[in-house]
Amino acid sequence: MSIEILDPVAEVIDNAPANRRIPKLGFLGWLSVAVIALALFLAIFGPMLAPYDPTLSNLSYSNVGPIAGHPLGFDDQGRDVLSRLMAGARTTIFGAAFVSLIAIFVGTALALLTAWFGGKTDTFISAALDVLFAFPGILLAVVAAAVFGPSLLSAGLALSIAYSPYVARVLRGAALKERAMTYISALEVQGFGAWRLTLRHLLPNISALIVAQGTILFGFAMVDLAAISFLGLGVQSPNADWGVMVSEGKTSLLQGYPLVSLSAVVCIVSVVAAVSFLGDRLESNSRGGNR
Amino acid sequence: MLQFIAKRLAMLVATLLVASFAIYGALYLAPGSPIAALTGGRTLPPEVMAQIEARYHLNEPFLTRYWLWLTAAVHGDLGESIPLHESVNTLIAQRIGTTLQLVLFASILIVMFGVSLGIIGALGRGAVDTGVLFASTVSAALPAFAAAVILQFIFGVMLGWFPVLGTGEGFVDTVKHLTLPAIALAATSTALVTRVTRTAVREELDREHVQTAVSRGLPWSDVVRRHVLRNAAIPITTVVGITIASLIALSAVVETAFALNGLGAYLVQAAQNKDFAVVQGISLVLVVAFVITNVVVDIAYALLDPRVSLGSRAQ
Amino acid sequence: MSELLTVTDLTVRLKMDSGMREVITGTSLSIAQGEAMGLVGESGSGKSMTAKAIARLLPDGAETLGSVVFDGVDVLALSGDELREHRAQVAVVFQDPRAHINPVRRIDDFMTESLRTLRNVPKGDARTRAATALEEVGIDDPAKRLRQYPHELSGGMLQRVMIATALLSEPRLLLADECTTALDVTTQAEVMAILDDLRRERGLSMLFITHDLELAGAVCDRTTVMYAGQVVETREARLLHGDPLHPYSAALVDARPDIDSTADRLRAIPGRPLSAFEAPSGCRFATRCSFAQDSCREHEQVITELDGGFVRCERAIELRGKVREGAHV
Repeated sequence: MSIEILDPVAEVIDNAPANRRIPKLGFLGWLSVAVIALALFLAIFGPMLAPYDPTLSNLSYSNVGPIAGHPLGFDDQGRDVLSRLMAGARTTIFGAAFVSLIAIFVGTALALLTAWFGGKTDTFISAALDVLFAFPGILLAVVAAAVFGPSLLSAGLALSIAYSPYVARVLRGAALKERAMTYISALEVQGFGAWRLTLRHLLPNISALIVAQGTILFGFAMVDLAAISFLGLGVQSPNADWGVMVSEGKTSLLQGYPLVSLSAVVCIVSVVAAVSFLGDRLESNSRGGNR
Repeated sequence: MLQFIAKRLAMLVATLLVASFAIYGALYLAPGSPIAALTGGRTLPPEVMAQIEARYHLNEPFLTRYWLWLTAAVHGDLGESIPLHESVNTLIAQRIGTTLQLVLFASILIVMFGVSLGIIGALGRGAVDTGVLFASTVSAALPAFAAAVILQFIFGVMLGWFPVLGTGEGFVDTVKHLTLPAIALAATSTALVTRVTRTAVREELDREHVQTAVSRGLPWSDVVRRHVLRNAAIPITTVVGITIASLIALSAVVETAFALNGLGAYLVQAAQNKDFAVVQGISLVLVVAFVITNVVVDIAYALLDPRVSLGSRAQ
Repeated sequence: MSELLTVTDLTVRLKMDSGMREVITGTSLSIAQGEAMGLVGESGSGKSMTAKAIARLLPDGAETLGSVVFDGVDVLALSGDELREHRAQVAVVFQDPRAHINPVRRIDDFMTESLRTLRNVPKGDARTRAATALEEVGIDDPAKRLRQYPHELSGGMLQRVMIATALLSEPRLLLADECTTALDVTTQAEVMAILDDLRRERGLSMLFITHDLELAGAVCDRTTVMYAGQVVETREARLLHGDPLHPYSAALVDARPDIDSTADRLRAIPGRPLSAFEAPSGCRFATRCSFAQDSCREHEQVITELDGGFVRCERAIELRGKVREGAHV
């Protein structure tokens, strides 16, 4: 080689520190992490730490605003709003986590299957996924509520099924790319089995993308689950849940007492915003990291 | 091109066939007899039971019933609601207009604001761009039901500018009643379209062929219109189409929040009342609308991009 | 011959994340009416940036010092309609035609766009002229090609389209930026021959950018060699190849495998090419030069006239005729 083709700009980038174990998140990124951590803390300990019984109603306090000891006041049933928010974090957060975990698991499995076997398996699974794409998550959840009765479980399962094809489609591309790498065929020729190669090489190499997808999905799941509970087809009143609280507070809101609905909306929106911000960051990091 | 459309239509029919089977099958599996909903738990004389069973084909095997339902549906008859004794067609016809108006209104908002804000953000750097980014970030984190509640409170309760519940009469009143719902429905999608438009236009601005156009001394407005926007239109159209398709199901949430008498809200009611014929009928209509919108997007994509290989949509 | 283009002491800094980076330092060159000037150097030497500065295509936030005068007009001061008129008179043939032609518009549209928008030529006339231009660059069945999209044409064919299009708008100066590098060898020769013929027929001036010294020698009247953002030598093309004055030019000549002699191994220039902003003080080539001595590293080198050419090397006279052997070590 007499003449090296070097791009001055590329070189400047190459000189950047190579080891980035801790992802670069920036201020907003760390703020998002903090919001999510708080949400997780509430999901685990919220029901125990709630100052009052979230379902205990005292109609003489119906729609009474903030007073000493009750910083967010009471809802129309005279229940303590702060306690309901703290207790409601559990179904809201864990529900969304459950949906995204199942969808990620099923989606990843399908993606790895199609990428590894290709051919007819790929065609068949892809066709099946195309059909599933015809069902928007919310529609599937409504049908599930009609069949199994309205509950968090039926809504969650319906959403997991509806999300899986999206995960599978995104990851299939990445897995196929990795599958086509020569090092995989080199290992294959050396007699390494499909299981080992898939789990030890394909999977770790798309793991950053899986984490990013999971985070983004968690945001979607929270919004959709809350929407379904809002419709009365998910978590059932009087159980506390942020989506349920938005709908419970609506009558009062239209009468001019918005605290219940709006405080639940603020909780949902801040967690969703944090999750989607973090998800975008992780995704652009994971894509940028693919040389 | 014809071959491409034919292929997409064949896939459409296959998808709908499987989807209709899934919709019908799922509700068939539901525990509890549909008659229970009708009788409200009372015991009926056996003759009456037999009469009802014969009327709704309840004794036929599953596949026969599916076939009867499907052929009727293809001929435009979606059956009868057992609890209401009314044709599902009539029930749908009374409500589909509201849903269509709502989705159309929201789509117009998405295209008008999403695309133009995206372009403004991409072309005008600095403060303008930051403003667009901020607005789209806020609006992206606002789920439809949250937007609904906030809009109702601010513009309905506090300012009293718009009605917060119900469907209006006549054009002006209808628009007035649908404005807040349409904004609530469009909020997240507008943000998504804004972002995609901004990214697409900015990526296109950095393309070499745009540099060629500049190097030829073409006026900047021509470069933007004929090269940047023309090419960015491909991903923008795709994302606009997909988001509009997603509004179809989401309309259920907004209709419920604003007590609109639309298909989505009625589907939710029917699901709560276990009115299976209505759930099947409306689900089928929504799935058909969703799938057809997606096919239209695919065809538009192929028309806009001469490089498209038949049958594939770029990710 | 009168000078069509004069670049004097041009310095360019680009805006990068880490601040302003200098990519060209004090470059001067001139092209006469009808002259072809080769501009040779490794990647990062600043040759493409020089061309971009001439066509005013530098990225946003770029800083320029010095002057670029085209036909008596100060190019760096232009804006608005005058700038567009300048760009219309300087046609650029880019390296990668596939990336540089809008993929969603037909060849017809690409070729006639300037004529229609800038020269108000009616659509039909413009198309006829485009068809003729395609025939001139050796493309059969132009009517069919005009209806096709870029992805339906081969790379070599697209580059001919690009050349035909560049000539169609009757420019005064042609900037050819590595215009054959992306093509395979046989196509390269064909495209090169077409470009050379058409340019000579029209008496068009050209700045021919390449990393191939020999190619520049074949089609250009004079050649300028750049290293790390500076001009190190300007000389009559044919002389530069046979009798280079600057050790870097010599190294470039020697780095090319020679078919006539059987070398034991290819001679590479030691070290990697530097950009202007990473260059050391003193002679910028000193780190890689086999003739470098302490004084080279201490003094900023100035360009001086020698034997009808210009060279930026304080030992040029002393090393006259020896630079090539030296590189053989």
